Amino acid sequence: MSATPSVLPVAAGVAENIGWVDIVRASLRKDLRLEWRSKDALNAMGFFALLVVVIFAMSFDPSAEESRRIAGGIFWVAFLFAAVVALNQTWAREMRNQVLDAYRVSPAPASALFFSKVLGNFLFVGLIETLVSPLFIIFYNLRTVGPAWQLAVVFLLGTWALVANGTFFAALSLRTRNREVMLPLLLFPISIPALLAMVQATTAILSGENSPEMWIKILAGYDVVFTVAGLLLFETVLHAE
Amino acid sequence: MGLILSTTSNPSATNVSATAATGTATVIVDKVTKIFGRVAAIREVSFCFSARMMYVLLGDNGAGKSTLLRMIAGLSQPTMGSVELANVTREQVGYMAHASLLYDELTGMENLEYFARLHGIEEGRTACAPFAAEQQVGLNRRTICERAMTSVGLEPAMTRPVSAYSQGMRQRLSLARAVLHSPKVILLDEPFSNVDAASTAQMTKLLGELRDGGCTVIVVTHQVAALSHTGDEFLTMKLGKIVESRRRAQLRSTEVGL
Repeated sequence: MSATPSVLPVAAGVAENIGWVDIVRASLRKDLRLEWRSKDALNAMGFFALLVVVIFAMSFDPSAEESRRIAGGIFWVAFLFAAVVALNQTWAREMRNQVLDAYRVSPAPASALFFSKVLGNFLFVGLIETLVSPLFIIFYNLRTVGPAWQLAVVFLLGTWALVANGTFFAALSLRTRNREVMLPLLLFPISIPALLAMVQATTAILSGENSPEMWIKILAGYDVVFTVAGLLLFETVLHAE
Repeated sequence: MGLILSTTSNPSATNVSATAATGTATVIVDKVTKIFGRVAAIREVSFCFSARMMYVLLGDNGAGKSTLLRMIAGLSQPTMGSVELANVTREQVGYMAHASLLYDELTGMENLEYFARLHGIEEGRTACAPFAAEQQVGLNRRTICERAMTSVGLEPAMTRPVSAYSQGMRQRLSLARAVLHSPKVILLDEPFSNVDAASTAQMTKLLGELRDGGCTVIVVTHQVAALSHTGDEFLTMKLGKIVESRRRAQLRSTEVGL
């Protein structure tokens, strides 16, 4: 090794100056960088969602009317399953080399790590939704009868519901022996209200038969409740042995 | 000097008040027991670790060394007893685990910069070298991380991903990560495993400087010879208990590699 300075220069009195937003930003940037270099979650999630859409399209040959009624359900179920792949990955990379222990011994707030993970997963799942949606529209020959802009609202709220909940339960199942199995077992039942709201709102917009407003409000309420609960409870989950 | 606090069978048994009275205690382990399932990994261990001391924890695999270290780091809670920090906060503990605690896909610098942020080391803050008297004003986070890498001899590898590092380089980067935030208590689990002799010597020198700067350094290792000239107190653990405590001069010649 080369000759090196004998002392480490280290910032003094640093711990009291930790900003929550700074930690969120740093963790999010780190996650985006890790995913950009490995593409573990995006590749797996993209192929999975694509396969589900293609297989359903080949299995059924619905009329335009039927398509509008079932498309919302197929779309959200496909992305619920696909999101599980990303959600498992998001914590698996923290477990490699036990990096999570380095976070646990740091003074950085646990809620900041949780929020950055939710944001990262939201971007990953949202990106795949954006890429797969055009194919979905083509395969199912869809066009909206209701106001199309509301679809964007449902997509944003629905995706947030999936990842906020999923990120929390993925962390909860982190130390279990079969975490890939445990996550769906924990996540799917608790996601039923959100899934119902997503599907009903999407179907209402596509068919134009009902107003989706009530379902959108339910979805927004669900997002707020589970995001706040995740932020408050994550400290306990992170430091559990 | 650290004192073993209890266990009547222990030859070094004494009480906590002596060390506490000197005001140098940084970690007080009091009658700690840790049980995993039906196995007691640690059995009523009591010990007081002091500032400006380097402790070397020795013992066979399964003796409870790493478990004790994790409890001091706050990563694991005792089943019974308590681990308390005196004169230091939880944030002033640096921990180097047996695993690297590093992201393989990131470069060495990216890893350190991320962990510097977690410890609140901000851009443009006044920084100081804790092992030297003078302050170094205006060092930014990147400079601090660069100096840290240089201190463990990794400056040529700053921009390489950690996945391309050898095991020894990972260990050195892991050490740099553990001491980046100027901790007062430094805990190291097998820091010299798979590290070549030159790197071991450099890491040992750095640990000695940290100790001389006022830190409490606790090292778990099987390579006692590496610390035979730097370590102050050598504790041997067996079946979850500290069974022997020796000063450097009391080491046997076979242990120091003579």
